[in-house]
Amino acid sequence: MGQERPQPPNPAPLAKATESPHAQVDDMTDRDPSAPLVKIRGLHFVRDQRLIFDGVDLDIARGKVTAIMGPSGTGKTTLLKLISGQLRPDAGRIVVDGEDVHRLARHDLYRLRTRTGMLFQSGALLTDLDVFENVAYPLREHARLPESLLRKLVLMKLEAVGLRGAAPLMPSQLSGGMARRVALARAVALDPMMIMYDEPFTGQDPISMGVLVTLIRQLNDASQLTSIVVSHDVRETSSIADYVYIIANGQVMCQGTPAQVAAEPSQWVRQFMDGLPDGPVHFHYPAATPERDFLGQGPRDA
Amino acid sequence: MINALASLGRFGLSALANLGRAHLLLLAVLGGTAALLARPRLLVAQLFNVGVLSLLIILVSGLFVGMVLALQGYYVLSQFGAAESLGVMVSASLVRELGPVVTALLVAGRAGSALTAEIGLMKATEQLSGLEMMAVDPVRRILTPRFYGGVISMPLLAAMFSAVGVIGGYFVGVGLLGVDEGAFWSQMQAKVDFHEDIVNGVVKSMVFGVVVTWIALFQGYDAAPTSAGVSRATTRTVVHSALAVLGLDFVLTALMFGE
Amino acid sequence: MANTRTTEILVGAFMAAGFVALFFLAMKVSNLSSAANDDGYRLIARFDNVGSLKQRAPVSIAGVRIGRVEKIRFDQNTFQALVTMRINPRFDHIPDDTFANIFTAGLLGEQYIGLDPGGSLDYLVDGSQIEHTQSALVLEQMIGQFLFSKAEEGSE
Repeated sequence: MGQERPQPPNPAPLAKATESPHAQVDDMTDRDPSAPLVKIRGLHFVRDQRLIFDGVDLDIARGKVTAIMGPSGTGKTTLLKLISGQLRPDAGRIVVDGEDVHRLARHDLYRLRTRTGMLFQSGALLTDLDVFENVAYPLREHARLPESLLRKLVLMKLEAVGLRGAAPLMPSQLSGGMARRVALARAVALDPMMIMYDEPFTGQDPISMGVLVTLIRQLNDASQLTSIVVSHDVRETSSIADYVYIIANGQVMCQGTPAQVAAEPSQWVRQFMDGLPDGPVHFHYPAATPERDFLGQGPRDA
Repeated sequence: MINALASLGRFGLSALANLGRAHLLLLAVLGGTAALLARPRLLVAQLFNVGVLSLLIILVSGLFVGMVLALQGYYVLSQFGAAESLGVMVSASLVRELGPVVTALLVAGRAGSALTAEIGLMKATEQLSGLEMMAVDPVRRILTPRFYGGVISMPLLAAMFSAVGVIGGYFVGVGLLGVDEGAFWSQMQAKVDFHEDIVNGVVKSMVFGVVVTWIALFQGYDAAPTSAGVSRATTRTVVHSALAVLGLDFVLTALMFGE
Repeated sequence: MANTRTTEILVGAFMAAGFVALFFLAMKVSNLSSAANDDGYRLIARFDNVGSLKQRAPVSIAGVRIGRVEKIRFDQNTFQALVTMRINPRFDHIPDDTFANIFTAGLLGEQYIGLDPGGSLDYLVDGSQIEHTQSALVLEQMIGQFLFSKAEEGSE
């Protein structure tokens, strides 16, 4: 255990565990319905002098739940912000439904955003509005609806997440799980084509977790949505995902269906998927040998 | 030694970057003016937050400042036999200087810090990001109404401060200390000039309104999205606002009241 | 969220109070009401020395302010100061042999023009010149005169 520097868990990215179920499309702006909804090619992103993404290629298939997993701090939330255009990559292209996100004019970017929804880790509800108004917010912004129709729509969205009775409550009166469900109702208010979930299962009790898991899958199937779930909750995410990407050290370490990834022999993937305490990611932080620290022999290591 | 220079250089560069970001934010805020006119409700809500909620502290402070001015002024002026000029002294001090400056400092402390904390918290809880994702520009929706709320409220608050101060001075000077009532008002009306004193005072408070609100909004928008970050930003708002107001006051006074 | 109607009413009251305060300051605290009459007729007077007379200084008769000093210029031909005064049109019965003096208000006060009415039956009109003037008293000259007269007394 007397290592001076940690070995990188995997010096080189693995070959794909299996062929991607979709053909490689050369034309990046293809709007063919069988083509991926989101295409990421050669993504390079540096923040605070850390290389977050180093040449990442990703496809998000239409109508499916795609999971993006990896250890904490690998930039999974950053990836969602890059897809939605809140951050600019240093290199590479991100194409959503045929439109290159970072080449769009502001107006068009905003139009694209009305077709995508995002569920934040904390829900991000507006604290000075009640639940009804929060869900109604995007509708009031972007759709000219008579008040009675708006009311019915909002209540329908709340009904879909099981919180129609909570409409008059304020966000401060909601539990964490309920707040996330309201945020989910808000995210689907405009019937988007894609929803991104940022760590939806973190810190949830088993019941709320079960509710959320069910909701994500049901919503995806009922409305032909495309869902991107970013999480490091392996078991829950694998239970609903159609396709999984594992990202670490700025690269795609492994991709495939949950079954394929679960069968992946690589030591690193095994340690991550099975939650093993020691493996390519070491248990011990690099330190002097035990003799030096406990028996005081000789000069200390630097 | 080299380290000290390097730190100084880094500090200078980051100060420049801050200044640049602040100006870019101001441009973005002003860009939302047209959108604000379509939604006057937002402006009304902010006028309430900044203006109405600051009324209590402004009026009470104005009253006391006016009364103290009258007290102090009386003792000084009566030594020269010029106690009749108390009205001029109180009103000129208030209208030209104390009204705009003290109001700006009080508003920076009360409303400015509240604005910074509110926006910083919205940033920390990802509400600003959430708005972006809903295709709503958070700068135009959240910041622009608050900016105009502050800019419009400040001159009105300063005028109220001065008015209440003059009345307070009247009660102390004429009521308590026995200065002649006629002399109090007539000298004041003769010497305090509308264009030179009152209009200049209003212009000053407008400038302070822009500066204080701008600083408050920028610090909130730029805050680190943690609780420590928000608290630091709130402190910075009050300190920077105070320095800016006092510095600008000197410059404006020299411009307006110099010969 | 607080009652919107209440909010609106309070904001309206706030704006109204602000304007009332501004109005109060303009009317009661400043000279707006009395300085509003910039109309009136002009009178001219020449002085050898205007002392520290300033623009907008009052012009009074019998202690009552009837106008203001509008402009002070220097006449390069006669080396005199040319003062233009603006008089309230209500006071149009000023005899044309009136004296114009420069007095000081109080001990340390500002200087103003005091008019001593004469007895003529012709009145000053717009553009008339006041013939009889008395310049401001200069402290050094007075001291000089005093010392000079003292010296004369002493030498007799």
